[in-house]
Amino acid sequence: MGRFVIRRLFGMVIVMFAVSVLTFLIFNVIPNGDPADRMAGKNSTPVQIEAIKKEWGFDKPVYTQYVTTMEKVATGDLISYANQTNVVEEIKRGIPRTFALAIGAALLWFAMGTALGLYTAMRAGRWTDTLVTVLALIGVSMPVFWLGALASYYLGFKAGIFPNGGYSEIGEAGLWEWVKHMILPWTVLATLFVGVYSRVLRSNVLDTINDDYVRTARAKGLTERRVMIHHVLRNSLIPIVTLWGLDFGAVLGGGAILTETVFDLQGVGQYFAESIGQLDVPPVLAVTLFGAFFIVLLNTVVDIVYAALDPRIRLS
Amino acid sequence: MSIADSSVSSDLSPVADGGQIEAAPDPGVSPGALALRRLRRNRAALAFGGLFIVLVALALAAPLWADVAGTTPAKNHLSDTVVVDGKTQQVVTFDGVPISPTWRDKFFLGADTNGRDVAVRLLYGARNSLFIGITAALITTFLAVLLGTLAGYFRGWTDAIISRSLDVLWAFPVLLLGVALGVSLALGGLKIGPLEIQGGSKWIPTLIIGVVGVVYLARPIRGQVLSLREKEFVEAARAQGAGPVRIMFSELLPNLASTILVFFPLLVANSILLEAALSFLGAGVQPPEPSWGTMLADGIVLLSTSPHLTIVPGLMLVLTVLSLNIFGDGVRDALDPRAKVRLEHS
Repeated sequence: MGRFVIRRLFGMVIVMFAVSVLTFLIFNVIPNGDPADRMAGKNSTPVQIEAIKKEWGFDKPVYTQYVTTMEKVATGDLISYANQTNVVEEIKRGIPRTFALAIGAALLWFAMGTALGLYTAMRAGRWTDTLVTVLALIGVSMPVFWLGALASYYLGFKAGIFPNGGYSEIGEAGLWEWVKHMILPWTVLATLFVGVYSRVLRSNVLDTINDDYVRTARAKGLTERRVMIHHVLRNSLIPIVTLWGLDFGAVLGGGAILTETVFDLQGVGQYFAESIGQLDVPPVLAVTLFGAFFIVLLNTVVDIVYAALDPRIRLS
Repeated sequence: MSIADSSVSSDLSPVADGGQIEAAPDPGVSPGALALRRLRRNRAALAFGGLFIVLVALALAAPLWADVAGTTPAKNHLSDTVVVDGKTQQVVTFDGVPISPTWRDKFFLGADTNGRDVAVRLLYGARNSLFIGITAALITTFLAVLLGTLAGYFRGWTDAIISRSLDVLWAFPVLLLGVALGVSLALGGLKIGPLEIQGGSKWIPTLIIGVVGVVYLARPIRGQVLSLREKEFVEAARAQGAGPVRIMFSELLPNLASTILVFFPLLVANSILLEAALSFLGAGVQPPEPSWGTMLADGIVLLSTSPHLTIVPGLMLVLTVLSLNIFGDGVRDALDPRAKVRLEHS
């Protein structure tokens, strides 16, 4: 087991390295104009551009630029090209917002998905089952920013039930204000996943419901409730938990960029969206690495947990 | 956005014995015919498959409607007026508020802030959105089948290189990668050898979406090839002297068909959603070219004065993606009732 964990962690480091190189290359090799040209502005002289090139190190070879940039990422001295702010500080400011959104939404979609999945499995074939299936499919077919914009406008601005976007610090306006600001973003983001989870759980439950050990549990005289929750659900949940780990990583790592932007939460994803518009390479690079880190981390955790549960995986 | 199997971790082959059809009750019926029969019995899937075809037909008929409306998708009517129920109305008022749906030939679904006909743009936008969705899904399928088959068939070094590259792609936050590539390529264009793509071309989002999706399909294909290559029929072909190319094309590829068919509608749906997301963030289709994503991006900021600019393209998009998802579900149930393919976006 120890060797498996070490191998996975080593693989994680290599993948992160590859991601950082690729992201760096996207902006340095693909022709999109010199960053020095953009920083100098439209009415600049070649001398000014040369000076900026020297100052920021754009005249150095690409690999030297890569190494210095990565050093700055590591030490937290990475500076934005567009507005000269500290990128690492900006990301740190966005982290609590992104985490609040991702964690709340992930808990919501897990709870809702499980509840609906179990409910539809027990009602398989009836009209409630069909109804939930249809709603689930509609949920996964909607662009999240569209749903978010409609919810924010009609429930927030027009009906005045919720605030019209924005983030509220717990320390400033209290817990209730924070929750009020987060309810719509949580719900909208979770809507995308609830459908998938309930459908996966439903099919898992239907697969296990006829297993011998379930029949044994019934034969022992256990209540239906106990059979469903302790025997059927417990086994059906394992694949869901795996899925949840991967999706949670994806949402933390930039998957919530659209939700953040549409609700103006000022999280890490929105910082990315704003930076890319200005072709500001340092924040784009840093946020991509930030996102890749969580995706790879959650992937690795899921694999390790799986290997701990199933010896066949770590030996293969 | 990820396609993952629900029952195994990402390192295992998600659809490894996929394509196995339950024993046919009638020995004379081929698995394909059996699947078709099952699909034909699924009325919801057929209805939504038909709806998708209608939507494609509408997109193809865009110039006809443009003729009826007497305009083009890019033509501004800022200072024009239109007569509705005997009343003359400004297409765009002096406050900059565009006309709502008139339900007449002109400005059937209203106008946007430039005075452009929303219905005409919606249909031309459908062409772009559907083109990008379908072409990107084709690119994804081609690359994924190629890479997955090579990796699964040759194993060893080939597999190591392909699989590790896919691991890196898998680690990328999909949207961030797509947006970064989209913005950077939209400015500079793309040059691969003799192939040169202009900065504003819709081929750029198409290629990005196509490449980004490869990771989801290549893994299941590889897993399936790994198990198929050990089967007796492949051994028989090899014993007859068939080379790797022949085995891959005439022995393995037909057996991958059901996996490809199951994934394809879902890939198209997902590509359309990704196009919308990229365009919303300014990294997809470039203005003035319409697509549902760009129309939404323009509309959302005007939600308070002109909700039709958000609701109309959004509903069209949801309808299209929904029809593909339901049809894809039906195809999956027909081909492989026990498979657990899923596709999800974020």
